[in-house]
Amino acid sequence: MTGRILMTIAHRAAILAYIVFALFPLFWLLKVSVTPNDLLYSEGVRLWPSHTTFEHYRFVIENSAFPTFFKNSLIVACSTSVAVTVLSSLAGYALSRFRFRGKYAIVALMLITQMFPLVMLVAPIFKMLSPLGLTNSLTGLVIVYTAFNVPFATFLMQSFFDGIPKDLEEAAMIDGASRFIAFRQIILPLTLPGIAATLGFVFTAAWSELLFALMLISGNTSATFPVGLLTFVSKFSVDFGQMMAAGVMALIPACLFFLLIQRYLVQGLTAGAVKG
Amino acid sequence: MASIALSRVGKSFGTHSVLSEVDLDIKDGEFVVLVGPSGCGKSTLLRMIAGLEDITSGTLTIDGQRVNDLKPKDRDIAMVFQSYALYPHMNVADNMSYSLRLRRRSKEVIAAAVSAASGKLGLDPYLERRPKALSGGQRQRVAMGRAIVRKPKAFLFDEPLSNLDARLREQMRAEIKRLHAELGATSVYVTHDQIEAMTLASRIVAMNAGSVQQIGAPLDLYDRPANLFVAGFIGSPGMNFLEGRCEQGPENSTVVLSRGYRLPLSVRIPAADGETVTLGIRPEHVTVAPDGQIDAAVELVEPTGLGIILHLIVHGESFKLFTTDRALLQPQATLRINLPKERLHVFDQSGNRLAVM
Repeated sequence: MTGRILMTIAHRAAILAYIVFALFPLFWLLKVSVTPNDLLYSEGVRLWPSHTTFEHYRFVIENSAFPTFFKNSLIVACSTSVAVTVLSSLAGYALSRFRFRGKYAIVALMLITQMFPLVMLVAPIFKMLSPLGLTNSLTGLVIVYTAFNVPFATFLMQSFFDGIPKDLEEAAMIDGASRFIAFRQIILPLTLPGIAATLGFVFTAAWSELLFALMLISGNTSATFPVGLLTFVSKFSVDFGQMMAAGVMALIPACLFFLLIQRYLVQGLTAGAVKG
Repeated sequence: MASIALSRVGKSFGTHSVLSEVDLDIKDGEFVVLVGPSGCGKSTLLRMIAGLEDITSGTLTIDGQRVNDLKPKDRDIAMVFQSYALYPHMNVADNMSYSLRLRRRSKEVIAAAVSAASGKLGLDPYLERRPKALSGGQRQRVAMGRAIVRKPKAFLFDEPLSNLDARLREQMRAEIKRLHAELGATSVYVTHDQIEAMTLASRIVAMNAGSVQQIGAPLDLYDRPANLFVAGFIGSPGMNFLEGRCEQGPENSTVVLSRGYRLPLSVRIPAADGETVTLGIRPEHVTVAPDGQIDAAVELVEPTGLGIILHLIVHGESFKLFTTDRALLQPQATLRINLPKERLHVFDQSGNRLAVM
């Protein structure tokens, strides 16, 4: 009995340690963002500054291009996640349900796209987008992000569709639905957890993407937030307070987004509800 | 309601044929059961009638109209799946009314149809529940309800009872029979359970390895099986078979079993003198008698309550006997048995029936 209690305590303590380890950088972000500049270097390493300020937040919102970055990131991340989710759920459904010529070639091709380090592709992508006028534009970013996220998201969605019995749409088709209606009214509602997971995954990927944003975008008007953060780094100094304040604000949409979809995510984790 | 006609219907994947040339006329209001071991093509045939599988060759007509190329939704048939295939995100009422909502029937029509069906199936208290919150038997009822609300041309059942426990299966079997009597709907029912086939069918289609073995009324198949497969498949415990040699006499034939037992038949069978034939006899037709003609070693005794199944060894072959005589429960090493000649079936070497006595 005591053995079991000890095991439970050890188990919880291990989880707690892991959570502390994972959340500490976020805490540090928050701490620095509310530390006045004059205390940043003078107080040494402390868990919490002796007095706090929201001066950095005010400055970032009022005097920097951060609101533009924020808006750009929001546009790019939302468009990408919606486009990828729509494409990958249709493609995933096709892979899960249909037999067609070239199916395995397509799957192999999609896998191959996942094998290359993205850095290798920066130059060719730039070369392709530049004559199309898609560099330095949010549309260009959305296209690139969508292209890179669709294969993985398709496999993800396919596995969710695979988990839904074929009988259900066959029953719907016999009940009088076309395949598309059966997909929309019967299969899609049951795949909501999968869709939420895909949306969340793609949203965060697009939200925090730096490499392509940095290479394809120059200037502040089309910069996304990860690129924008770099503007707080100048040749002679790094404005840590403002940078961290911007970082904290950048966390907000991702948090809100996951709050919104977490209901479906949890549903997805407790799956099996479909069976029987 | 409607008739369904299959004419030389076949199915193959590439060169691999899974179903060959099925001819079957299902009359309006008939209850036809497709029965056979797993993999015999019965489910494929049902799914072809439903439109869920393509028809490679032949013609399928429903109510005189060729439907080979019609989509399932345009065939106006209903199907009950083995897994029930209830829509998990809809409650019972919505599950049952889905087909009517797709057809944009008015709210009043839908409500009336759902309440009629749920009344018939005793589902009234559960209309607001999701399938998850129902027991197996209730889910089965909802699946039936979903089929009957719409008054389709025909009902298709794909092993609808095989996920239920034995007791519930018996109960639902009777309920399906009652519903069919009440609605008079043309039904095609797939099962591997020959008891279900016997009890429900107006006609049974016995299938094996992608082809139809025999079509007929249940007792026809039981009393006059067309070949060894049907003889062995229908009936439980299954028919006993013994090999012998045919000796033709002027009036009748005699089958000589391996140890020289001579079983005179009451007729002449159409076989050559000396040809090998297979004798069949059902376990319940074998009799035990102290002066019996054949020696049998008792291997195992299985009391079923209703009767006793004796597992015997006759001529080195396993042989079953069913009796209601409880005296035979007494352990004994050997028995003498008789094979009444009026109960014998005779099959030729390729397994086809030569004669039934």
